[in-house]
Amino acid sequence: MESQFLINTSLYVLFLPLLGFVVTLLLGKKVKSIYLFENLVLILTFIASVLILYNKLVNFPDSKIVSEVEWFGFANTPLFGDISIKLGIMIDNITAMMLFVVALISMLVHLYSIAYMKGDERYNRYFAYLGIFTFSMNGIVLTHNILMMYIFWELVGLSSYLLIGFWFEKKSASDAGKKAFIVNRVGDLGMFAGILILFFTYRTFSFEEIFNSISAGVLPFNSTFWLSVTGILLFCGAIGKSAQFPLHVWLPDAMEGPTPVSALIHAATMVAAGVYLVIRIFGLLTADAMLFIAVIGMISSFIPATIALTQNDIKKVLAYSTISQLGYMIMALGVGAYQFAFFHLVTHAFFKAALFLGSGSVIHAMHHEQDIRYMGGLRKKMPLTYWTFVISSLAIAGIPLTSGFLSKDGILASSLAFANLTGHWLFPITGFLVALLTAFYMFRLIIITFHGEPKDHHKFEHAHESPFVMVMPLVVLATLSVFIWYTPNPINADQGWVLSKWIEKPVLHTPVETRFDFMKPDTEATPENEPIMYSTIYTEAMHHAHYPAMFISLFVAISGILLAFVFYHWKKVNVDALTERIKPLYTFSLNKWYFDELYDKTFVSGTLLLSRALGWFDLKIIDGIVNGAAAATKSLSFFIGNFDRIVIDGFVNLTAYLSGFFGLLFRRIQTGKVQTYIVLVIFSIVILLFIFR
Amino acid sequence: MVTVGLTHFLVISTLLFSMGIYAIITRKNAVMVLMGVELILNSANINFIAFSRFGNFGFNGQLIALFVIVLAAAEAAIALAIVLNIYKNLSTVNVDEVDNLKE
Repeated sequence: MESQFLINTSLYVLFLPLLGFVVTLLLGKKVKSIYLFENLVLILTFIASVLILYNKLVNFPDSKIVSEVEWFGFANTPLFGDISIKLGIMIDNITAMMLFVVALISMLVHLYSIAYMKGDERYNRYFAYLGIFTFSMNGIVLTHNILMMYIFWELVGLSSYLLIGFWFEKKSASDAGKKAFIVNRVGDLGMFAGILILFFTYRTFSFEEIFNSISAGVLPFNSTFWLSVTGILLFCGAIGKSAQFPLHVWLPDAMEGPTPVSALIHAATMVAAGVYLVIRIFGLLTADAMLFIAVIGMISSFIPATIALTQNDIKKVLAYSTISQLGYMIMALGVGAYQFAFFHLVTHAFFKAALFLGSGSVIHAMHHEQDIRYMGGLRKKMPLTYWTFVISSLAIAGIPLTSGFLSKDGILASSLAFANLTGHWLFPITGFLVALLTAFYMFRLIIITFHGEPKDHHKFEHAHESPFVMVMPLVVLATLSVFIWYTPNPINADQGWVLSKWIEKPVLHTPVETRFDFMKPDTEATPENEPIMYSTIYTEAMHHAHYPAMFISLFVAISGILLAFVFYHWKKVNVDALTERIKPLYTFSLNKWYFDELYDKTFVSGTLLLSRALGWFDLKIIDGIVNGAAAATKSLSFFIGNFDRIVIDGFVNLTAYLSGFFGLLFRRIQTGKVQTYIVLVIFSIVILLFIFR
Repeated sequence: MVTVGLTHFLVISTLLFSMGIYAIITRKNAVMVLMGVELILNSANINFIAFSRFGNFGFNGQLIALFVIVLAAAEAAIALAIVLNIYKNLSTVNVDEVDNLKE
């Protein structure tokens, strides 16, 4: 009964934004104020998600609530036997929390956009797009099978395309939308292949059933190697959506979209979908797949952090920091820190949304100026924006008393523990380095934007604090970046309710021999074919790593911030001179490691070259064959036509001519006179008489 | 005194036949043509009777000759009727002017 309530509410959460989308899109041109309806719908969605979160955590803290309905089925298909494709909803604690995060941020972004997008000519359509985006994201979160997840996954791709390219009059914006869509598609290809392998092996899309089959020892192609491959292929989808190396190039370009969209897409939803996917498939990841994931996460956390150091566009800095933080989460999943990865996903969603919306507030105040070199001194003009920005930056830098500290510390501690257990020391080293860089570039951003002297006095004079609907979300999100919501202990989240109660411990289903040593079951006490929680060894190692990690991360974070102050506030170091001295490195970072150029030179020109070659092939060879065939047919018909005309007609005409000739010849005989005939008869008889004598 | 034998009769009948043919072929008047036909019939009659007299055929030859005479009468009647009709339609009895068969 109660669980039915949860299912029903989740359906509201799923379909209300869709309703908002349809209504707003259809009436958008006629009813100017229809955007209010879309906002109302989102508020209702948020209330429903709160109800779900509360009910789930209070009434069903330990159970998964699944409801499914058969979509369609085939009996006796030749290759697969009976197939039944099911639609379903699964709600566990992670789903409930994720729904809450998505609904909250989506609602705040909606409210924020009321002011930010004011005066846009496609105002209502913008809200409609936000609606379908929220719908698709909720679909990803709620689904219980990977097929539906893939469908919503693509819907997210579509709506992100619409939103990023919302100002499509600008070439760069429409290009960015295209780029996001195409780059995502590359990752989705891998994910699709993974889904096909899963379906081919298990005849079902449901996570639950797939996991059970793996526990029972059924493997794709009966090999653990293919299980790893499947995991990595599915992860490819996450590489695309979460903008991980090497497919991270779309995210910075996606900053062409309206700023609230960036907050929605790059903080809470689209990019989080990739991490969410890995969380969902965590049970089938083998040690090899996890190592792969961890390496990708590590690379993606490091490269963008170095790029963010030199960017001058306020949103670009945030974009690269997003990739970097997502890299953290992915790396955390790779090293097995499932809980911290999700925890960081949630905390990051809040503080990154606050940062993006804060930057939007700044951009709004500066009349759509995004270059931080023209800003400065905004601290006094927009105090609320400033302070929320600072709190969120402290959170992302990992300073105690913030949520970011807890989750980031957890990730660093687990990577340290992982290194301790397996010897892969590169993960924690990169992690701490990135923490240093993050603290540095975030405070570089703050100092240049808000402190110092205004550089563009004209714009500075007109700058003002944003209206209430824009500031309110900032305050809410900044408040959520404080530790108290997650744990009573500001330096250790382990005892907090989020980690100890809300986020379930991960369950591994992979065969024991394919796991990391520390993830093998502790004793034989665990019966065969039981899904196995991971071991206490890892938990203990994490416990030991906790304090070292905390001190190191605190140290690097504070030194990063101090460095930023030394460089940009107190100006103890001449930044320009330093830049001049490390010019090659600086340009390398400023140009984003030349990834775009590299991809342009290889994939884009490669594709163009291939298309051109194929075009040439089509034009010359295929068309040549067609034209040749046409010409051959033409000459053949010409020949046949002549043959017909000359030979066949010749025969016919000859026959006719001969008949005519003989007719003319013989008509002489036919005088019509009886006597002639008689002479002929007698003549003939005489001849016959001579012959037959 | 020469004994009259079969050969003489056959010679006469041949002469008659030839004259009949000649008449049919050369005469323009349809009545003359008909008379040629009568000559031919009578030459045949002479043959029948001669063979009946000199061969051992009894009276068969004479009987058939009688039959032929009757036949000739009937034939003459019909043929004259045709000639009359030709005259009525074409205003001539010249057979070489009657060449409608040509068309």
